[in-house]
This record gives sequence, C-alpha cells and structure tokens, in this order.
Amino acid sequence: MQQTRSVEIGTGLFVLLGMSALFFLTTQTTGGEKFSAVETYEVEAHFENIGSLKSRAPVAMSGITIGRVTSVSFDPLTLDAKVMLVIDSQYDQIPDDSDASILTSGLLGSQYIGLQAGGSETYLEDGSEIYFTQSAIVLENLIGKFLVNAGSGGD
Amino acid sequence: MRALIRDTYDTVHEFVRTFGAFQLFFLRLLRHSPRIVMRRPGLVVTQIYNSGALSLVIIMVCGFFVGGVLGLQGYSNLARFNAEDSVGAVVALALLKELGPVITALLFAGRAGTALSSEIGLMKATDQLSAMEMMAVNPVRRILVPRFLGGVVAMPFLVAIFTCIGLFGAHIVSVDLLGVDVGAFWQQMQASVDINDVREGVIKSFVFGVVVSLLAVWEGYNAIPTAEGVGRATTRTVVISAIAVLILDFMITAVML
Amino acid sequence: MDGTSENLIEIIDLKYSRGSRVIFEDLNLTIKRGEITALMGPSGTGKTTLLRLITRQLVPQQGAIYINGVDIATLTQQELYQLRQQFGMLFQNGALLTDLNVFENVAFPLREHTKLTNRLIRHVVLTKLHAVGLRGAADMMPAELSGGMARRVALARAMVMDPEILIYDEPFVGLDPISMGVIVRLVRRMNDALGITSIVVSHDVAEVSTVADRSYLISDGKVAASGSPDELKTANSEVVRQFMHGMADGPVAFHFEAPNYAEQLLGRDSE
Repeated sequence: MQQTRSVEIGTGLFVLLGMSALFFLTTQTTGGEKFSAVETYEVEAHFENIGSLKSRAPVAMSGITIGRVTSVSFDPLTLDAKVMLVIDSQYDQIPDDSDASILTSGLLGSQYIGLQAGGSETYLEDGSEIYFTQSAIVLENLIGKFLVNAGSGGD
Repeated sequence: MRALIRDTYDTVHEFVRTFGAFQLFFLRLLRHSPRIVMRRPGLVVTQIYNSGALSLVIIMVCGFFVGGVLGLQGYSNLARFNAEDSVGAVVALALLKELGPVITALLFAGRAGTALSSEIGLMKATDQLSAMEMMAVNPVRRILVPRFLGGVVAMPFLVAIFTCIGLFGAHIVSVDLLGVDVGAFWQQMQASVDINDVREGVIKSFVFGVVVSLLAVWEGYNAIPTAEGVGRATTRTVVISAIAVLILDFMITAVML
Repeated sequence: MDGTSENLIEIIDLKYSRGSRVIFEDLNLTIKRGEITALMGPSGTGKTTLLRLITRQLVPQQGAIYINGVDIATLTQQELYQLRQQFGMLFQNGALLTDLNVFENVAFPLREHTKLTNRLIRHVVLTKLHAVGLRGAADMMPAELSGGMARRVALARAMVMDPEILIYDEPFVGLDPISMGVIVRLVRRMNDALGITSIVVSHDVAEVSTVADRSYLISDGKVAASGSPDELKTANSEVVRQFMHGMADGPVAFHFEAPNYAEQLLGRDSE
C-alpha cells in the first residue's frame, strides 16, 4: 500500500504543477486588457488607407480598450476601406463627431484604432458612422514627404 | 508488371484495412473509457503517474535548453534589427504554438510511448493478456484503457510545464546573461501573445496526447508476441508517432490560422 | 453447480483450420467430471489451440463444444465471462502480472470480480498461497521467482475463485525433478481434495502417466487413442507406440513436409 500512496502523491503533485503551469501561461504571457464585452453596438468608419489594420484589432479611447474591429473590407462605391467596429454598450455616450485614427502601438507593434472625443451632444449608436477619420501612417509615404520637405527646405 | 500491380494493390489494401482497424480500436477504447473513469479511477491515476510524472525530468531538462537556445538565437538575430527587446515575444510565441506541443509530443513518444508499447507487448508475449482473458477480465478495459487515458491526461500538463520551463530558460539566457531589459521582455511578450495562441497550444497538446497514446497502446497490443516483435513495435511507436505528430501539427496550424 | 451428467465437456465433430492448414478435423472427445484428463500429442499438434477452443479464445469452423450441456458458441460476451469464472487456467510460464507482487497476483481475480473486504481477501489469498507452499513469498515480485515457484503462484491464482475446471497448459515443461514432483502432487491433490475437474495438456508421458485418470492422444488432427495411461502404453497403434515410447521413426515423420529432396538440390523446384 506504501507504493500506492507514493504514486498518488506523485500524480497529485504532477497535476498541480501542470495546472499551475497552464495558469501561468494563460495569465502571465498574454496581454492583460482583452475586449470581451457581451453587449455591444456596431459603428462604421471609412478610411483612405488602413495600413495593416486587421479584424480583432482593439479600439481604444484615451488608451483604454472599449471595443474591437470586426471586419475590414474595400468599399467599391466610395473606393476606400470600410471598417466595422463594435463598442461595449456601457460606453454609450461617445459624441458622434468623434475622430477615429489608426495608430501603431510601439515602433513595430500592431495597429489599433484610437478614438478622440468630439463635442457633439448626440452620441454614437448602433449603425451610425464615424465621419472624421485619419488614415494609417504609412512609413514609405512619411519618408517620401520628409525627403521632399528636406529637398525644398535645403534651398 | 502484373505482380507489381498486385503488390501495390495488396499494400494499399492492407494499409486501408489497418487504418480502419485502428479507428475501430480507438472507438473501442473510448467506449470503455467512462466505466473505467467512474469505477476504477485508481488505475488511471497510476498511469498518469507512469506517463506523466515519470516523464517530468526529461521534459524539464529539454524544455530548459530549448527555451535557452531560442533566447540565444532570438537575441542574436533580433539584435541585427535592434529589436532584441522582442525576444520575449518571439520565444513565447514559438514555444506556445509550436515547439512546446511538438517537442513534448516527440519526447513523450520516446519516453512514455515506448514504455507503454513494450510493456503491453511483453504482457502479450508472456500470456498475461490471455491469462486475464481467462480470468474473465477484459484486457482492453483493464490494461489498455487506463494507459491510454493516462497519456491523454498527462500530455497537456507536460506541454504546459515544458513551455513554462522553456520561458524560464529563455529568461535566464536573454535577460540574466545577455542583458535584455526584464520589463521589455515581459511587456513585449504580453503585447503580442493572445489567449488564442495559448488555446492553439492546448488544442495541439491534447490532439498529440490522444494520437501518441493511442499509437503506443495499439502497437503494443498488436505486437507479434516475441522478443523481436516487441522490439519492433517499440520502434514503430516512435517512428509513426513522430510522423503523425508533425503532419497533424501542420494540419492543425493550417486550420487555425 | 450440481452435476447433471458425468460428462462435463463434450467436443463433437470439431473442425478448426488456420489459413489453409487444417489443425483439427472430426475431433471428438469428452471430459468426465471429477477426473484428471490428459491431452497428449507430439509438439505442433495444436494442444494449446484445443485449450483455446475449449475456453473460446478461438472459435471452431465446424462442430460444437458443450460445457455442462451448453454450446459455448452461443454464449454472449457476458455469459462467456461468467463461464470463464468457473475455469482456472495455468499457463505455460505462469503468466503472472509482472507489475503486481505475488499477493496481488493471487488477489487479482477477487479484486476484479468480488466486493470482498480487504481482510477477507487477505484471508483467502493466504490460504491459497499456503496450499501451494508459498505463503512466505507473498511480498515477492514475479521476476524474483523461479520457474517452478511462478507456476505454483499461478496455480494459487487459478484456484482462488474456486473453479470447477482447472486447465494446465504444459505444467511440467522446463522444471527440475523436484519442482516437477511438487507440481504433480499439487495437481493430484487439488483434484481430489476440491472435487475439481482437471485437464492437463502435456507431452511428458512419464509424468502424465502418474497423474492422469484418462488420456487422449491427439495426432493428425484427430484422437488417435484414448484410455487410461496403461491402456495407451499397451495399445498396438503405430502412432501411439511411437509417441508413448519416444521413437524417432514411425508414422510421425522425422522430416517436416518438404519438396522432393533431389529436385530441390538440383534447383528444379523453381517455376
């Protein structure tokens, strides 16, 4: 029976170790703020250029994640990118003249949408559109502009 | 020429037949599983110990060095782009999604899988399975099912432990030895690792656990009951497990992307 | 189980072949309740196969096997397992479970089939081990036992469920004379003291003669002769004489079936 006891203890320790390893991996290696609201409303935004924005990218306001991108597609009528986003219903007082811009977290980080509050008295709701948008900064364009400026300024 | 066609036909026929038998064997194990779990959990616990706890040392040692070399390679290559701060992210993603499940599965096949095959094959060769059959004890239920379940339960835990130790190894190499900032290491990791990456690893480890345990038990049970037959069954367990794990890894990755 | 007839096992017109090789054809034999019946025959006549047929580890192509008047081919898996609980079988090498010690090996059928308390199991197991003289070896592992001891432990295990029928597969092979004597005595004693019916498969003429009540000599897939050991010794069938007296030449050929020797040497056997 002594042998059975040590097998049981060994197994117990092994399973505990495995579970704590799993717990460590799920909590410590992954990013803290993940968007997981149950009730959301959907809004639309058009961008001239979305850079490398992907669906599931976060939507943040003042650095706090309040929603995420659900789909990214090309709109053949307006000839620009149509981005659908869902926002947690608890944030239902975002002015409808707010400004959405595509930003990059860190130098090589992934892109996300940042919202800058406007001053309107009416708020965004399900199906509304964000009209003021700012495209992603594309590195090549930026360098191009910089070179042009430098060229003209150096004269 | 005709002989060649017939040989090919026979080989294909045999392969399909074996594959079918393998599926039925799997179903048979599953059918007996609930009863064993309910009535004889002790048998499964013993096998979790044999397959899991006894594989811990090899898993931990290998995990440490795999993580260490990832840290080293990641650092020296990322440093060319001045991106050595991302080493944490690179190591974590590689370990969680690929190397953790795959290397653990290969080690598991080598350590626990061969032990299962040779144990069951020897029991067959020494009439122990027949003796059980004669004592009105179903050897599939009494011997095979607990071993299969033990492997299935042990594998995800082993993968999690391997991955954690790997991160620890990478941390020691890149942060403590090479001087990557500890904050950057963890912050970059957390920024780029998603809960879905962890989930992908867990799904893989579960699938690999099922496949390797199943193959090990199957090869042992179908071993030719001689010393040579058992040896060959053991070898086949490692070879077939390795192939199956790598093919499945590709397939799962393709589906989950 | 009360004896309704004195024939415990009846085998009628049994035919069994493996691939194209016919192993048994028109085999008929009966095993009487309470006796020790020996099944003898040259190596390779399928004596072990016959045991597997009787215990339905194998199923015959034709013919029937009745145990206690029931055709065993008609049993469901569950009924078969119930039937097997009345059997005890001693395998050639004992077939002890290598990961359990002697005590647990003997206790194995009890733990699987009964809900006896640990104290009761201990009592039963030690009694059986005492009967085979190995009570002192209860804590040893099978790997530490000699061949004769392993077989005695296996005998204790075969008896632990108090079976009606004990089957011995080559119990005398590879034992030194002392161990052999011990096993012979045990076979006799189990049979007489417990009223068990025993089936002994062996090719060891001398040992079987001392222990069996009735012997069947199987050759060429049929029963070549039957009767008490003395009757067999004096029988005038060629096969029986060859086997009982261990002669190299006779109906059982020295050469395994082969193509014509001269032709094979001259390489004419290829197509």
